[in-house]
Amino acid sequence: MPARVTVLGGGVGGTLTANLLSKQLGGNATVTLVDPVGMHVYQPGFLYVALGQANGRWLAQDERHLLRSDVQMLVERAVRVDPSRRTVMLEHGRTLDYDYLVVATGSRLAREEIAGLAEGSYDFYSLDGAIRLREALRSFSGGRIVMGVAGIPYKCPPAPVEFVFMLEEYLHRRGIRERSTITLASPLNRAFTIETTSKLVQPILEKRGIQLATFFNVESVIPEKKVVTSIEGEELPYDLLVLVPPHRGAQVVEDSALGDERGWIPVSRATLQHEQFDSIFALGDATNLPISKSGSTAHFEAPVVASQIAARISGTAPKENYGGRVMCFLETGHREATTIRFDYDHPPVSPNPSPLWHYAKWAFNRAYWMTVPQGRVA
Amino acid sequence: MITTEPTKTIDARGMACPGPLMALIGAIRQGKVGDTFEVWSSDAGSKTDIPAWVTKARHELVSVVEEPAYAKFTIRKAR
Repeated sequence: MPARVTVLGGGVGGTLTANLLSKQLGGNATVTLVDPVGMHVYQPGFLYVALGQANGRWLAQDERHLLRSDVQMLVERAVRVDPSRRTVMLEHGRTLDYDYLVVATGSRLAREEIAGLAEGSYDFYSLDGAIRLREALRSFSGGRIVMGVAGIPYKCPPAPVEFVFMLEEYLHRRGIRERSTITLASPLNRAFTIETTSKLVQPILEKRGIQLATFFNVESVIPEKKVVTSIEGEELPYDLLVLVPPHRGAQVVEDSALGDERGWIPVSRATLQHEQFDSIFALGDATNLPISKSGSTAHFEAPVVASQIAARISGTAPKENYGGRVMCFLETGHREATTIRFDYDHPPVSPNPSPLWHYAKWAFNRAYWMTVPQGRVA
Repeated sequence: MITTEPTKTIDARGMACPGPLMALIGAIRQGKVGDTFEVWSSDAGSKTDIPAWVTKARHELVSVVEEPAYAKFTIRKAR
C-alpha cells in the first residue's frame, strides 16, 4: 500500500513540497494537499499594489494548475490534527489518515492584538490591505507618514524598509515629497534586523531624508489623536500610519497544540521534523526557526522536507539538510535594489544597490508562476 | 544574596541577533509589572542590544551572568 502524505497549505512551501514528493515517490505514495481556498497567492506583490505599480490580477492563480496531476487537492479547511492517531480533521467532518504530515500553513495576521490598529492604520500584508493603502496614498496630499512594526516575527523582514524607500520615490513622483515627512519606526536600535544590511541601508535613508525612530515597538494606536505609542513609552504623531500587523501561527496549529504559545511549530533546524512528533514536518512561516518568514525560506526548505520524507518512505538516507539558506531582494527605490543572502552560519554581505537587482526582482516576480512551485529553480 | 526564580526563562542560545532581544520584548509585552525574565543568549550582540533596550524602555537590568558559552540576562519589568 502506498504511503499517505498529507500537506496542509497551498503556498510556496506546501505546493513545492507536494510536487517534489509526488515526483520523487511516484506510485510509492499518495500525496494530498489541503488548502482552505484553493488559490495560490504571490504575496511579495502586495507591496507593488500598495504603491500603484501593479494591479492585483497577476497575484493569484488556481492552486490546481500549479500542482502535478498526481497530487490530490482538497479545498477545505483543516481544523484539527491528532498526532497520536495520525489524522487530520477537516471543517465539514471528514477525517484524513496520514503516514507523514507536512504543515505549511503559513502565518496569520492578528490585527486585534493591538488596540486601535484596525481603525487607525493601513498595511500591505493582504491584497485588501494593499488596495486600501493604495487608495489612501492616492488621496494623500502631504503630511506625516509613519511606517512601523507591531510585532516580531513578521513576514518578509525587508518589507518596511522597502516600503519607505519606494514611498519616498512615489511622493517625489507625485510632487508632494517636500510637503511630507517619512518616519521608519524600527523595533530595534537600527533600521533592519540584520546588522550588516542595516549598515548599508541607513546611509541611504539619511540621504533620502527618511527619519529613523529606533527601539519603537508598537503598543497601541490612538486614531482620534493620530498618535501611535510604543511599549518603550514614546509616541509618534502621524497623518497616515502604515503598520506591519502582529503575526501568529495558523489556527489549526494552535487548536491542535502543535506549536508554542504563538502557534509557531518547534522543528529541528536541520531536518525540519517536529521536535515531538516524528511523522510531522513543518516549513516556511509555520516554524519557530529564528530565520526570515518569507517565501524564499519556504522555497529552500521544501526540497529538504521532501527529501526527508521520501527517504523514510523508501528506506534510504535523506539527501538534504536545511542550512538556513535565505535569499531576498531589497528594493531601495529609484529603480535600484540590493540582495540579502545568508544561512545559519554566514550573515549577508549585501552588494551596493543597483538597477541590476531591481530588474532581477521584477524578472523573478514575473517568472515565479512558471518556476518556483514546480521546482524549476533551486 | 536572595535569589528568586524568574517568572520566565527564555533559552535563546543559538538564536542569531536580534532573536534573543526580540524574544525578550515579546515576553515583556505579555508579562506583568514586577515579573522577571531570564534570557540565555550565546549571541555577542545581545551584550549591547539587551542593556540598550532595557534602558530605553525603562525596565531594570537585574544582572548579567557570564557562563562558559553564553550569558544570562535577568530583567525586571518595571512599568
